[in-house]
Amino acid sequence: MAVSSPDTAVRTGRVTRALIYALLIVFAVYYLLPFYVMVVNSFKPLDEIRGGAMLALPKLFTVEPWLTAWNSAQIGVSPTGLSPYFINSILMVVPAVALSTVFGAINGYVLTKWRFPGHDIVFGMMLLACFIPFQIVLIPMARILGLVGLAGSTPGLVMVHVVYGIGFTTLFFRNYYEAFPTELVKAAQIDGASFWQIFFRILLPSSGPIIVVTVIWQFTNVWNDFLFGASFGDFDSMPMTVALNNLVSSSTGVKEYNVHFAGAIMAALPTLVVYIVSGRYFVRGLMAGAVKG
Amino acid sequence: MSITQTETVPIVTTATARERLQGWLPRLVLAPSFAAVLLFVYGFILFTFYLSFTNSKILPNFTFVGLQNYEKLFAAPNWWTALSNLAIFGGLYIVICTIVGLGLAILLDQKIRGEGLLRPIYLYPMALSFIVTGTAWKWFLDPGIGVETIVRSWGFETFTFDWIKNNDMAIYTVVIAAVWQSSGFVMAMFLAGLRGIDNEILKAAQIDGASNFQLYRRIVIPLLKPAFLSAFVVLAHLAIKSYDLVVALTNGGPGRATELPATFMYSYTFTRNQMGIGASSAVIMLVMIASVIVPYIYAEVKGGQSNGR
Repeated sequence: MAVSSPDTAVRTGRVTRALIYALLIVFAVYYLLPFYVMVVNSFKPLDEIRGGAMLALPKLFTVEPWLTAWNSAQIGVSPTGLSPYFINSILMVVPAVALSTVFGAINGYVLTKWRFPGHDIVFGMMLLACFIPFQIVLIPMARILGLVGLAGSTPGLVMVHVVYGIGFTTLFFRNYYEAFPTELVKAAQIDGASFWQIFFRILLPSSGPIIVVTVIWQFTNVWNDFLFGASFGDFDSMPMTVALNNLVSSSTGVKEYNVHFAGAIMAALPTLVVYIVSGRYFVRGLMAGAVKG
Repeated sequence: MSITQTETVPIVTTATARERLQGWLPRLVLAPSFAAVLLFVYGFILFTFYLSFTNSKILPNFTFVGLQNYEKLFAAPNWWTALSNLAIFGGLYIVICTIVGLGLAILLDQKIRGEGLLRPIYLYPMALSFIVTGTAWKWFLDPGIGVETIVRSWGFETFTFDWIKNNDMAIYTVVIAAVWQSSGFVMAMFLAGLRGIDNEILKAAQIDGASNFQLYRRIVIPLLKPAFLSAFVVLAHLAIKSYDLVVALTNGGPGRATELPATFMYSYTFTRNQMGIGASSAVIMLVMIASVIVPYIYAEVKGGQSNGR
């Protein structure tokens, strides 16, 4: 998104401006409210929430819900808390993001600088693959993961996320390398540089921004995924989102809202931190993913 | 002579072999990804398509039954619930997100002090998982502890807000949470569009005496047509795919009140052991998405070419 350089020709009076600010602030409150609710209630004892004071700050500040959510909350059949699933998610996200980014970079390089007859068809097919509803692949994927012995395992989930992430990562790198001067590549070829030398010495050193965009996009998508995790993960590989949903929707026992909120913040924190640290790149990825070209 | 020939021939062939390898290297490097996409995307689509014509139950099974699954699918009341919910949810989601997104973008474009602070606040929900969003709104809208209780504690003793527990209203709570998650993103798309508009056009119109309202109505909004189109495509395809949010917020309930095609497909395939019907519902979902996405990508690619790309 463009850095603010607004020189709008529209002129507004004082009253209108006050109204505009008021509206903007009302919406800021609307967007912040659910998160505020999660944070304040995650530090309250349960009876304070039940008393109807959801918007109030905690009277009795406690970190107990956080400890429970992390260490001892009942997830499915075992009272392990969310910590093992947080680790599952990390073990799944890191290789999935790394591999899909590497493939995307190489594919983007080939599809822009080493074009062959039919390159646009190959790209078109990879692009369309980004948008399919994943319901259409769930049944055969479950079969294949079973056949190759990866059902219910973290490597299986990594494979799924790499396969269905390649479309987007290729799209990002292709559009970025499209704008990279082909003359430089041609010149290096005349000087006898090989395929890999050109990639590692010429393109890769200037790919910093697009690598950041791609890694953030993939990290957010894989971390936040629920459908694949719920379909192909079991107790040893279940990611954080699925565990959180199990915690919140379990119908047995007392509903520990404060623990649920603490768990939800835990699941949100990694992507939120990435967003706060590098929001600019996050938005660029969103826009590139949404608006082709 | 014959000796030198036997010596040079192998050298020549290795050189051409290496050259040939160099020539094929780019394609070889791309091949694994393309093969994966062919198999895991297009192959799997064909497989699911095929399954939708078989009487698969708990496991895939290859007895051909023609269009029976589609007949059963469109005879199932649950599927019609899912479709009408998708129409309500998708329609409201797209319209409200567009209005809120466009409105916020126009307001933010008025040389607002603190834009750098407001913009990230509007956008951050997009970084969250739908499961987190669902959890937050599930309890915030819960009549036992959430909005209803809060407003009552302010003295409005008879205030009632139980949509999330109400069969007729639950689908609207999904709209509320989904709009919260995505409208900031739509705002970003429109803001990028607004910033791309040449101010000279606006200034010229102002000299001609156009009011602010006319300025936006007649000039700015028509110029934002590409942003409207992108927003529509993105929102429509997100709506059709919606799964996580419903699972976390209402789990399809109360009863089947918030069933959507994605939850229907999952429950028929994996818990009700009606894999053939599940596959046919997945095919319908694919057709819905394709009818939105394919023309869009086609137009984008064609438009790009005519612009001399």
